[in-house]
Amino acid sequence: MINVDVAIVGGGPAGLAAAIECRNSGCENILILERDKILGGILNQCIHAGFGLSFYKEELTGPEFAQRQINELKGTGIKVMTDTMVLSVSQEKVITACSVEGLVEIQAKAIILAMGCRERTRGMLRISGTRPSGIYTAGTAQRLVNVEGYMPGKEVVILGSGDIGLIMARRMTLEGAHVQGVYEIMPKSNGLKRNIVQCLDDFGIPLHLNTTAIEIHGKERVIGVTVARVNQNLQPIEGTEEFIPCDTVLLSVGLIPENELSLGCGIVMDPKTRGPKDYGAFATSVPGIFACGNAHHVYDLVDNVAKDAIKVGRTASEFVRGEVSE
Amino acid sequence: MSDLYDAIIIGCGVTGAWTAYELSRYRLKIAIVEKENDIGCGTTKANSAIVHAGYDPEPGTLKASFNVRGNELIRGRAKRMAIPFNQCGSYVIAFDTEGMNSIIQLYNRGIQNGVPDMKLLTAEEVHKAEPNLSDDVCGALLAGSAGIISPFELCCAPTEVAVRYGADLLRNFEVVSMVPDEEKVTVTAKDGRVISGKRIINAAGLYADDMAKMLGDTSFKITPKRGEYSILDSNVYGIVDHVIFQPPTKAGKGILVSPTVDGNILVGPTSDPIDFKDDLATTDDGQKRAFDGARKSVPSISERDVITSFSGNRSVGDQGGDFICSISSSEPKLINLAGIESPGLTSAPAIAEYAAGLLRQSGIEMVKRESFDDTRTVVRFKELDDFNKHEIIQNNPSYGRIICRCETITEGEIIDAIRRPAGALDMDGVKRRVRAGMGRCQGGFCGPRVMEILSRELGIPMTQVTKFGKRSYMVIGREEL
Repeated sequence: MINVDVAIVGGGPAGLAAAIECRNSGCENILILERDKILGGILNQCIHAGFGLSFYKEELTGPEFAQRQINELKGTGIKVMTDTMVLSVSQEKVITACSVEGLVEIQAKAIILAMGCRERTRGMLRISGTRPSGIYTAGTAQRLVNVEGYMPGKEVVILGSGDIGLIMARRMTLEGAHVQGVYEIMPKSNGLKRNIVQCLDDFGIPLHLNTTAIEIHGKERVIGVTVARVNQNLQPIEGTEEFIPCDTVLLSVGLIPENELSLGCGIVMDPKTRGPKDYGAFATSVPGIFACGNAHHVYDLVDNVAKDAIKVGRTASEFVRGEVSE
Repeated sequence: MSDLYDAIIIGCGVTGAWTAYELSRYRLKIAIVEKENDIGCGTTKANSAIVHAGYDPEPGTLKASFNVRGNELIRGRAKRMAIPFNQCGSYVIAFDTEGMNSIIQLYNRGIQNGVPDMKLLTAEEVHKAEPNLSDDVCGALLAGSAGIISPFELCCAPTEVAVRYGADLLRNFEVVSMVPDEEKVTVTAKDGRVISGKRIINAAGLYADDMAKMLGDTSFKITPKRGEYSILDSNVYGIVDHVIFQPPTKAGKGILVSPTVDGNILVGPTSDPIDFKDDLATTDDGQKRAFDGARKSVPSISERDVITSFSGNRSVGDQGGDFICSISSSEPKLINLAGIESPGLTSAPAIAEYAAGLLRQSGIEMVKRESFDDTRTVVRFKELDDFNKHEIIQNNPSYGRIICRCETITEGEIIDAIRRPAGALDMDGVKRRVRAGMGRCQGGFCGPRVMEILSRELGIPMTQVTKFGKRSYMVIGREEL
């Protein structure tokens, strides 16, 4: 059993910012548990610029933002375990984690949950049709292109206009694929304005609002998607169906807090954010367990993730020192 | 391939797999040919995943005897063969007097068929055991021998045993012609491979009539009937603890709500005639009917909890509703195991015993092996206790690397799924064997890593990794743009 003051689950922007603040506000025995081989979380695959404008007061790429945070760890004595997956978190604040070394138990005085989020999938959207290859969430496609160096396909349809979808429209275009268009069921995009301008408009990629996919075609590989315009109740309007040929469908239809551990711990969840219910200052229903970043609720900007995570780091330190009871 | 097989089994679905298993008890040379890149890709992989008790089929039919016998065999073998199975019991619920009459009829039929552990329950008893059922439920038939199973593992386990005993599993072997002569049948695949066998065992599921036709047997026809299902998130697991059936109608056993061995809830199936045997599309209309039907039993069931939907096509025969299991009357070297619709999954081990008898009856000499061992061990990391988790990582560090976060699947399990006899060759194959990618994120996080492991283990470039063989490639190289 390892004993620590604060254990942080997840070494992405939220976890790193929280850890550093814990140290700055006086905690000494701090441990970050990260499932990937490196720190930085999802920022590592976000190689576009636009991060850090308010937090670091300059424009950075995702990996640059992460590296700033990693550099800030140096000399702080904060312990890091990478390639380590947390299997469970108990109400007594015991963490069970797993790595190639085996299983390890960690008793913490406070725990900060910073696991990030995951993408909504085709299954959740319940799009009709076949189940061929070539359907990816935008984030998975981003990892394939930016980290693994492979292209999901050549002729692309993007469903949903979340920021990752918009960014991938540009990314796929720059890599030589052809993006047919972005199809959004709502009357407006939920992506940032700057992404619509810089990722779609600048590349002549059409954004089709009030339009949704009603069927996916193809037995082995995707061969196309039928889209249709929708009415005010978001129901497809008959007669507006159009077949769009493509070999790849990217989904950018929303993010959900990663909540396996929160649920497993019996933390009360908020049905609206789908993250842990906030009992004030990012506290969860379990005293001494806090949540931050996208694991708490889904953010638009990493700068805001980091800013809020600092507050969480401070509260967790106060809890360890006994200044906050619940 | 000039070697002569004693028997060539066409189709490695659950029927073909158990037949291969049963024949492995004998000193026979066997081939199983499968048109897909993996086993169990037809009706086997997409159905209700239920081990039926056996009160449904007409007494005296093959269905009735195979169902009850199959149920008994599965209960006896599942644990030893590492097939996830839970004998949770089933309810057929009634909403009115007509429904009550029909469950009493089922009870009596069950008695005739030799079904053990049945009981008629009052409304009070039903609601006590299953509080989420509709207030309209006024009674139920409980069948204690019914359960839920992993259909793919029910196919995978016997295939593995057969392959261990030397059966040749030939994949991507789509039979295009069969030519009989005096002593054998020569079978040719679409890609030009040719094999020959003394007997052909036709376990081709939806395509069984097409296969029989190649040997001049046009005595039956298979009509596909599509059933649509949805899988609900594990957070609603426990909404029912038993398989919940509605009283059967002409269209089938109706919409059911059932737990799955993987800790989800299954809703479906619809029952719709379709034009093409491989039309596995899901439809808005079908999904709506499945949920409307399910809500009749369990009003709180919601589409909001869907993690994925799928369709399965039943192989419906035209011989008065019974299975077609016999030596062909037009070609004595052909044994048909056809029209294996529900309760085909449950019946498969029993159909296989019967098929072995038919093979002997057809004149093949069958000598038993001295011993036959069908035990199988599969590591399921998530199910180990902490001590054993630690132990296994110490012995093999690849069990310490979690690849699928949603389902806690380790690299060790994925490597094992690829290296085992009749192992996985593609993404869906890994998914079905270990569940990586079957959870909430549906492979979003682990997909690229599973691709890497497949590429490394199979010694193929990433661009040749497929979802399920053929042209279902996952990625292309930058040079292809």
